[in-house]
Amino acid sequence: MALVLTDIHKHYPGVRANDGINLDVEAGTLHGLLGENGAGKSTLMKVVSGFISADSGEITLDGSKLELSSPQDAIEAGIGMLHQDPLVFLPFTVLDNFLLGSPGPVRLNRKEGEAELARVSSNLGFSFDPEDLAKNLTVGERQQLEITRLIWLGARVLIFDEPTTGISASQRSQLFDTLRALSEEGLIVIFVSHKLEEVEDLCNSVTVLRQGKVVGAAEMPVPPERLVEMMFGEVFVESDKPEATLGDPVLDLINCTISEGSTHIDALDLSVGAGEVIGLAGLEGSGQRPFLRALAGLDDPVDGQIAVAASDMAGKGYREHLAAGVHYIPAGRLEEGLVQGLTIAEHIALTEQSGFLIDWGRADEVSTDRIDEYFVKGTPRSTVESLSGGNQQRLLLSMTPPGLNLLLMEHPTRGLDVESADYIWQRLLERRDEGTAIVFASADLDELLRYSDRIIVFFDGDVFSVDDCADLDGDSLGALIGGRGRV
Amino acid sequence: MEATLASIISAAAPLVYATMGETITEKSGVINLSLEGSLRFSAMVAFVIAFWAENVAVGFAVAMLAGATFAAIIAFASIELKLNQIAVGFVLALFGIALASFLGDNFVGERGQSVPSWPIPWLSEIPFFGKVLFSHNLMVYGSFVAIAATWWYFYRTRPGLNLQGIGERPEAAFARGINVNRMRYIYTILGGAMVGIAGAAYSLDVKLGWRETLTLNLGWIALAIVIFGGWHPLRVAFGCYFFGALQVVALQLQDVFPGLSQVLPIAPFPLMIVALVVVYSSSFGRLSDRYPKARNLFASAAPSAIGTVFERE
Amino acid sequence: MTTSDSWLQRTSPTVIAVAIAFAFAAGLLWLIDAPPLEAFKLILEGSFGSTDRASATLLAWIPLVLASAGLVVTFNAGLWNIGVEGQIVMGAIAAAWLARSVPGPTAAIIPLAIVAGAIGGGLWALLAGVLKTRFHVNEIFGGLGLDFVASGFAIYLVIGPWAREGTASTSGTDLFRDETYMPTVEAFGTQWPLIPILVALIAVVGVYFLLRGTLFGLRLKAVGKSPTSAFLLGIPTNRYLLSAFLIGGALAGVAGTMQAVAFHHKLVPAISGGYGFLGILVVLLAGFDAKWIAPIALFFTLIATGSTQLDLRLGLDSAIGDVVQGQVVLFVLLGGGLALWLRQRRRKPVTAAAPEGTEE
Repeated sequence: MALVLTDIHKHYPGVRANDGINLDVEAGTLHGLLGENGAGKSTLMKVVSGFISADSGEITLDGSKLELSSPQDAIEAGIGMLHQDPLVFLPFTVLDNFLLGSPGPVRLNRKEGEAELARVSSNLGFSFDPEDLAKNLTVGERQQLEITRLIWLGARVLIFDEPTTGISASQRSQLFDTLRALSEEGLIVIFVSHKLEEVEDLCNSVTVLRQGKVVGAAEMPVPPERLVEMMFGEVFVESDKPEATLGDPVLDLINCTISEGSTHIDALDLSVGAGEVIGLAGLEGSGQRPFLRALAGLDDPVDGQIAVAASDMAGKGYREHLAAGVHYIPAGRLEEGLVQGLTIAEHIALTEQSGFLIDWGRADEVSTDRIDEYFVKGTPRSTVESLSGGNQQRLLLSMTPPGLNLLLMEHPTRGLDVESADYIWQRLLERRDEGTAIVFASADLDELLRYSDRIIVFFDGDVFSVDDCADLDGDSLGALIGGRGRV
Repeated sequence: MEATLASIISAAAPLVYATMGETITEKSGVINLSLEGSLRFSAMVAFVIAFWAENVAVGFAVAMLAGATFAAIIAFASIELKLNQIAVGFVLALFGIALASFLGDNFVGERGQSVPSWPIPWLSEIPFFGKVLFSHNLMVYGSFVAIAATWWYFYRTRPGLNLQGIGERPEAAFARGINVNRMRYIYTILGGAMVGIAGAAYSLDVKLGWRETLTLNLGWIALAIVIFGGWHPLRVAFGCYFFGALQVVALQLQDVFPGLSQVLPIAPFPLMIVALVVVYSSSFGRLSDRYPKARNLFASAAPSAIGTVFERE
Repeated sequence: MTTSDSWLQRTSPTVIAVAIAFAFAAGLLWLIDAPPLEAFKLILEGSFGSTDRASATLLAWIPLVLASAGLVVTFNAGLWNIGVEGQIVMGAIAAAWLARSVPGPTAAIIPLAIVAGAIGGGLWALLAGVLKTRFHVNEIFGGLGLDFVASGFAIYLVIGPWAREGTASTSGTDLFRDETYMPTVEAFGTQWPLIPILVALIAVVGVYFLLRGTLFGLRLKAVGKSPTSAFLLGIPTNRYLLSAFLIGGALAGVAGTMQAVAFHHKLVPAISGGYGFLGILVVLLAGFDAKWIAPIALFFTLIATGSTQLDLRLGLDSAIGDVVQGQVVLFVLLGGGLALWLRQRRRKPVTAAAPEGTEE
């Protein structure tokens, strides 16, 4: 029995998420699917599990062609997917989660269901309290429940999308034992991940995706440098970054513990000087966002202290951080940074003006100045949603006041054309020279290596390493991001 | 005493239909805010059609159709056109009220059909309970069935469990192969049909006849009771009977406090606000931790995906 | 609708919807053997057929405009202020209390009554706001509940402490004393309520200006369109929501003053006249834009007052007017949704060669 994907295409407006993907997985293999965020892994798996439909291409399982237009089709074909955030119903019981959507008579026999749950889960080495609420389960336990359910429904293909995010080490080794056992029983197990060590540890074969295409497929073992190279591509670093002179600390983190969802940054000590650029590396969801939000004052650290320009920010919220010269530009430009439906001039008025009346003349003037200065392709009357991503980012930057202590940016150049990206950095470096410290999260290794003075790598919800940029290159950074310790 | 209890039960019966219907609709994630309008319109239509056809059952049938149509418009506007459910529901409410007034104008004051009384043989002989529960008519017995059936469907059947899933987390339900939007259509229309029955129950049984004030504010009250009842059929039913009790008590206290009957129809609302504040307070939430078996009964959270549109990609 | 659509593309769905609404109404009339054209003619006559009637129509237009102006503010803040009916009632009660209890000449009473109405309505709305921001009670149900509480309070006053001598009747309190009557202007053979008209116009212009030309209004709109972004831009969202309630309620309260002092000259149980809910329809139709309130409200009042003629002359229930109003909004909403839906089905997906980074 083999799962064969032939020439799968899927596009969204503006992007080819899956660009002619071929995949061949035999029964009894544990196949790894490796790639960065945006590489196309999740899209591909959603296609295979029937959640979305491909634009073109063929999927066959065990020789027969599959028409997967809905999850129901996939379920009937025996394909089961475990989402990164397990799709469980939080307020319902374990038993109800187990039973929901299962075929059977109208009358729900919970006693029978309980027995089945016990049977299948003990075969897999799990144990559950059927009456417990799903929201009380840890992520690892929710995964176990989903696995139990999918096996019970007769899945022959199991897809695991980033399953080790947010589970403990012991749960992970238990999970891996389970996965090995399942593949030994003849199931096809696909392990989607960005974590190199785990893929090396677990998988018999691996396919690497980058930017929607398959860049390599091989039997394990594969040398890790090769994997890094396939995942991230060649990383050229021109070290033409002008040297920075660091000033007094503008940000001090003392014994800081930040806890949010699956992120748990423990007792971090960090000092950032004026004019320093810190890059936050790591795959999405590894902890960068909660870190930035804590620095911005949107979330409170559970323990420890954050000080901005030597004044303690304990208990102070977002608006006090703003007043203290800390600005945060979030990743969701339209969802969080800008107000959809308002024009550029209106945004300028909102951020620049105070008092009662709006001085439209002044707003237009300033808008035009900013538009010219930052080369925004738009007019003061343009609504922000009509601007391209690059122009939205330029606008956001233009709305940020000068002379800040700390500028926090989440993915400053994501989705931007090269020209916009370069320009944004030009402006950022100008601010850096004026003494503003910049902390930015990015998935672009090149960008991280080119502009940062220091790089903090996040992995699995915590700070993994803090290095001077000079000590890193593309390979070592990629390895760190993949969770491999220093070589 | 028995007579009082009996009258509470029969007075509350139409409200039971309406609230059970709306509970089903909202459990699937759709808000049908048009209740005040669809209730009045169904009541009017039931009366008029029963009057013409000289047949109560036909009146009920057409009322169900009317209620279902209102619901269908909301479902379509929300699922296909992605319009705001509150906006469409509100407009339909006012529209239904006006339409009912206008078309029913000629029939105000007429004497029409009514549901025949039907005490259940032998059961109605039981002391106390016989009089209270089993000496009513088909419509009232149907309300008992509605409560039991809704409860049984939600918590004892497979499709009922799926229904809960749709309103709670549509993506997860979808991943399990459930056709979320199709089910939302079905449950919304079913809920609307039950509201239709409620309307007919008012004009053909409980209040008999048609006038503008027939179902005064009961549509809005039904919406509030669903929230108060935490979307649990038994608690919602309790809300209906509690409200019915308030009304009957008011009527009986009329002699002691004249003018109370004018004010008491309003009384449920401050009570509702208080109830909402209580029910959403943290101390109430802790009750469900203390009594895990009855957890569902104390839960007050709305189905998490209520009012949202489910899109596949 | 994009700004690149022509004016015709933008208004034709509305025009078509209105036409369908009238056709539907004509159908209904035909269904009950009433002559549709005659009915429409009577509606026009009834609202503007004579100067007396025109003046009466204006008197009904005023509270609707005021309530709608308040609703424009709350809608722009992203709120469903269903409590508007109760806000009108509380404003009326406050004004009535003033008219009954506070002595003074007309020149003093009238402004005071307006202020009282604003305070009454504003505070009542603030209550709904606090229930929402502090106690997480949805403003739809909080507002609805408060509507009925206010209504109950009005009934209580009318048959209780403020009852007429002798008979406690639900037809209202005693008439207010003469000084409370607003001065009118004589023209074209009838009396025109100049002050209420001015107040209404000031309200509309004021709201328009507030939302268009002030920072407060801009911030309010930001909160309404995207509370998350607004907060990140430094706007204290809760404070703005409460302010919106306050302003919306105050304007509704002034509508109440007009009802009590300028129109009925007493407190009656149904003092709000349904203008609150009707105002919601007006603002929905106006697309939440202040500049359309006045004409749309006029359209609605025209239908409403004109329909009273139908009762007199054709024996039809005047509710046909409400039916038409409801239909117009319904068809416009659905029509707008359909137009958007059809447009999206015709649009082809865009493909690009260079992939932009997207979230998976």
